[in-house]
Amino acid sequence: MALLTKKDAGLILDPLADNKPITIQVLGICSALAITAELEASIVMSIAVVFVLGIGNVVISLMRNIIPSKIRIIVQLIVVATLVIVVDQVLKAFAYELSKTLGAFVGLIITNCIIMGRFEAFALANGPWKSFLDGIGNALGYGVILIIVGFFRELLGSGTLLGIPVLGDPIMKTGLYATGYENNGFMIIPPAALIVVGIIIWVQRSRNPALVEEN
Amino acid sequence: MHDLKMKYKGKKMAPAINAFHTFLYTPDETTHSGSHVRGADDLKRTMNTVIMALVPVLLFSMFNAGYQHYSAINGFPENFSLMEHFITWDNLWIGLIKVLPLLAVSYGVGLLVEFIFAVIKGHEVEEGYLVTGILVPLIVPIDTPLWMLAVAVVFGVVIGKEVFGGTGMNILNPALTIRAFLFFAYPTWMSGDKVWVHEARERSEAILAGASNVDAISGETILGYLAQNNEAAMSAKYSVADMFYGFIPGSVGETPTLLILLGGLFLIFSKIASWRIMLSAVIGSLVMGLMFNGVVEQGWITETSKFYGLMNFDFWKHLIVGGLAFGIVYMATDPVTGAQTNRGKWIYGFLIGFISVMIRVFNPAYPEGVFLAILLMNVFAPTIDHYVIRGNVKRRMKRLQNAVIHPKDSDAQAAELKAETV
Repeated sequence: MALLTKKDAGLILDPLADNKPITIQVLGICSALAITAELEASIVMSIAVVFVLGIGNVVISLMRNIIPSKIRIIVQLIVVATLVIVVDQVLKAFAYELSKTLGAFVGLIITNCIIMGRFEAFALANGPWKSFLDGIGNALGYGVILIIVGFFRELLGSGTLLGIPVLGDPIMKTGLYATGYENNGFMIIPPAALIVVGIIIWVQRSRNPALVEEN
Repeated sequence: MHDLKMKYKGKKMAPAINAFHTFLYTPDETTHSGSHVRGADDLKRTMNTVIMALVPVLLFSMFNAGYQHYSAINGFPENFSLMEHFITWDNLWIGLIKVLPLLAVSYGVGLLVEFIFAVIKGHEVEEGYLVTGILVPLIVPIDTPLWMLAVAVVFGVVIGKEVFGGTGMNILNPALTIRAFLFFAYPTWMSGDKVWVHEARERSEAILAGASNVDAISGETILGYLAQNNEAAMSAKYSVADMFYGFIPGSVGETPTLLILLGGLFLIFSKIASWRIMLSAVIGSLVMGLMFNGVVEQGWITETSKFYGLMNFDFWKHLIVGGLAFGIVYMATDPVTGAQTNRGKWIYGFLIGFISVMIRVFNPAYPEGVFLAILLMNVFAPTIDHYVIRGNVKRRMKRLQNAVIHPKDSDAQAAELKAETV
């Protein structure tokens, strides 16, 4: 017997393909704008969200029958906050420099719409295993976009990838810079992320016209 | 050409072939249905009128490119004569080798993008880029690298125009989108005192690298001098007449206020551009300038304040330096991105002038803000129109409610007759 049934696999794969949280559900845009100027920060942020959403969905799903519906938002917040504090402390202990770059945005995972959205829409109505898969799937879908955006912004904006110069040295004018190429300062400022996300949405929708809404 | 058009009819490349055809010949199609009245001022004619208004500016800018370059090296001529120092082959040569490539890249890349989109979307190539293409080289610094311009044009046309649905659907002025992209992407090439005169940047780099056989040349703009509170150096170098005729450094074609004024009048009399927007933008900038002059006169800021230089600048001179005149005449009046209602045009234009001068004075990084002001108002234009229309609807509803229904004419006459006979 396969590890995942077809339906379960769909839970993970759908958000990675045609139901990406950022580009289709348009959730989690704020963090996509804020931290994607560097690829490394995008990757760490994605891992953090995978962790928080995967475990959070399981916890909420386990408690779904005993949470009074009137105070469910508060209970969800407490669960997310706990997990985010764990992530934050781990980062501070093992990747202090990085935790400084990410700054408040790790804390702001609490308010990331994707997390509350999945708790409300999925974990409250499904069992723990399915919720776990759904959480991982959506967080990965979020992370993929984050990493794509981070890749282009760091490459075009700073000429580096993960902090390693790949296009030559802009000051000594080596590599590509010798031909007169310059870094694009526009890619470093947050509005560029909006435009990159917009282009990703454009590409995705023109490849799959079913996603285009009627208006 | 016509044979080609017939051959490709209905094929994928048809829009591209058709575009060349209408570019060269009058279309041979007749109207098949509906109204048979044809206006002479179709989109192509409109665009061409604007281009005609821009040609003098373009020619002037070529001579000015050379004039600024040689003057920066040899010093400004003492007894300036137009024919002797300005309209010379040397000056024109610099203009030809620097400005024409900018123009060629702008048109080449922009029209290529337009053609690609027309072929993909299967509609006719739109004329929208004709004006943008000539505006773009006029609003960038002379030494802008061509590849940067090409990248910016692709960005401006695709993100600024095509994603919204092409010509006529764009929110932002494409030429200014291109300018803004360049400004934010490559700020070192777009601002400072080394980019406005040909070779200024190359020379300063050579000197940094240790070359001793070149003189540094600087081409600070007037606003640049003022932003550094260096009015004395500025007025020693440029007179008011220089500013008005345009013998000053700046973006390629923004300096000749006189020619821009003539172009503006031409556009107003040919009814292409809105005089309301131009007039209200002039008023707006004067009002803001007067307010800043007032602040200085009241002694509210001291001479050491970093805003003093620009605030103390006579209010009317704001119109003849920098890109304000160019922006008002050729950019703010863009019929697609500007306000559409008459009252909206007054508000839209006024705010453009007002905000331009405000950004000039208060922007710490860059003493010019016309393109930012126009882009900002482009975004607000639909909102302004919306409220103007709502206001109009409201007023007329009120009029309807308060209206007194008069008796019919015949009744009134009968009553009058009655009164007279009694």
